Amino acid sequence: MADSIQSLHGEPGEPVLVYDRIGKNKRQTWLMMLVFVAVVGAFATVIALLFGLPWQGAPFVFVALGAYAMISYYASAGVALAVSNAHEVTKEQEPDLYRIVENLSIGSGLPMPKVYVIEDSAPNAFATGRDPKHASVTATRGLLDKLDHNELEGVIAHEMSHVGNYDIRVMTITVVLVGLVALLSDFFMRWAWFGSGSRRSNDDRSGGAYAILIVIAVVLAILAPIAAQLIQLAISRQREYLADASGALLCRNPDALARALEKITADPEPLQEANKATAHLYFSNPLRDHNSFLNGLFDTHPPVEERIRLLRAM
Amino acid sequence: MPIIILIVIAVAVVAVVWAVLMYNGLVQARLRTKEAWSGIDVQLKRRASLIPNLVETVKGYAAHEKETFENVTAARARLQQAGTPAQAAEANNMLTQTLRSLFAVAEAYPDLKANQNFLDLQHELSDIEEKIAYARQFYNTNALAYNTKTQTFPSTIFAGMFGFQAAEFFEAEEAAREDVKVSFTPSPPPAASA
Repeated sequence: MADSIQSLHGEPGEPVLVYDRIGKNKRQTWLMMLVFVAVVGAFATVIALLFGLPWQGAPFVFVALGAYAMISYYASAGVALAVSNAHEVTKEQEPDLYRIVENLSIGSGLPMPKVYVIEDSAPNAFATGRDPKHASVTATRGLLDKLDHNELEGVIAHEMSHVGNYDIRVMTITVVLVGLVALLSDFFMRWAWFGSGSRRSNDDRSGGAYAILIVIAVVLAILAPIAAQLIQLAISRQREYLADASGALLCRNPDALARALEKITADPEPLQEANKATAHLYFSNPLRDHNSFLNGLFDTHPPVEERIRLLRAM
Repeated sequence: MPIIILIVIAVAVVAVVWAVLMYNGLVQARLRTKEAWSGIDVQLKRRASLIPNLVETVKGYAAHEKETFENVTAARARLQQAGTPAQAAEANNMLTQTLRSLFAVAEAYPDLKANQNFLDLQHELSDIEEKIAYARQFYNTNALAYNTKTQTFPSTIFAGMFGFQAAEFFEAEEAAREDVKVSFTPSPPPAASA
């Protein structure tokens, strides 16, 4: 279907076929699910053993995690939309946006995705779903207000490219699998370092349990950057460059896409509805705090200047 | 002796597999082109179906512009009779031209320009024009991929043998895409009709 876009150049000198991208993304989704079950399952087993629970429970943990991963495969798009507070819109409600999505789905030969809007004035967009038949495209209110017709078309074309080559499958399942690990580690670390002091004075539990919690916190502190690395693995920079390139090919207007990127980066507002689990979905990095070590690791997008330079050179 | 026979068999098997893959590739490319064509066809049918209503609406205000109406209706009839992509493209371009003069005529009738039905039709037609442009882009990309297969070695051998004919492109008139971009401006709000 989208294979008609014959070949694109991702990294210099390396032609990439859309067929290859689709196969790679499908394989990567499986890999992601396997790694998730293995890592989290092993971790949960270790914790359970530390608490003196019988080892016979381990297989159940793995089965449950496998089930969670399978459910995620179907449910993660809904989760991504729900945590972003996106609501579906009809053609009557948002005629311009809807028409653009319609036109680009015709232009790329993809089925018409559902259209969502996030009521947030920070301009951004993302696509999600497990395949082109179950896909949706989301734009923020700020994107609709701040971009002109052609720029909006460029952004949506970028998103439709993610839909067409199954980027959305990997990116979306990442939200629920790896995002969960990252958020849990964040939570445990904060709790262990800052929350445990007052907790200990309140109820005088045994020192042993407390030591175990410290161990958990330390392990999680190690796990969090690994999870972040996994997100980066899935959300390779090449993916964004490719979507820019095939998006420009689709809307026939790389300049408008470059202008849209400029406008979006120049906008100082952070997107309230985005978090670390969903940041990599977006057209442009929605999180504005790049200073801390952890956020550096979570840097999910290639540098905007480079994206704009490549678009201008087309 | 048996070794030579085995080699011959192996070569034959490889050749057959290769031929089947080549043939299937051609079939798939042709099928994609056909599917892409239906994307254009849907929009062309939508466009043609709006014309009678549009002509009737304009007639109500400018009954004496007979020639313009006849041209539009004739172009529509040609579009509906078109059998091949090239014919459809030609008829569609003709329809675009005649519609342009129809809308130019409408400029002279303020009451018509304020008619809600007319505005809706105008808006819908410009939407369809934009969709035709996108469907054309998708169709021509697929047709190009298919034609390349039918005309390049080695698949051209099979294309000749099994009668895979090159697909016609759906050519728009000069700079149609730019025209479409410009014409896509939301119609004025209905308040103007008061």
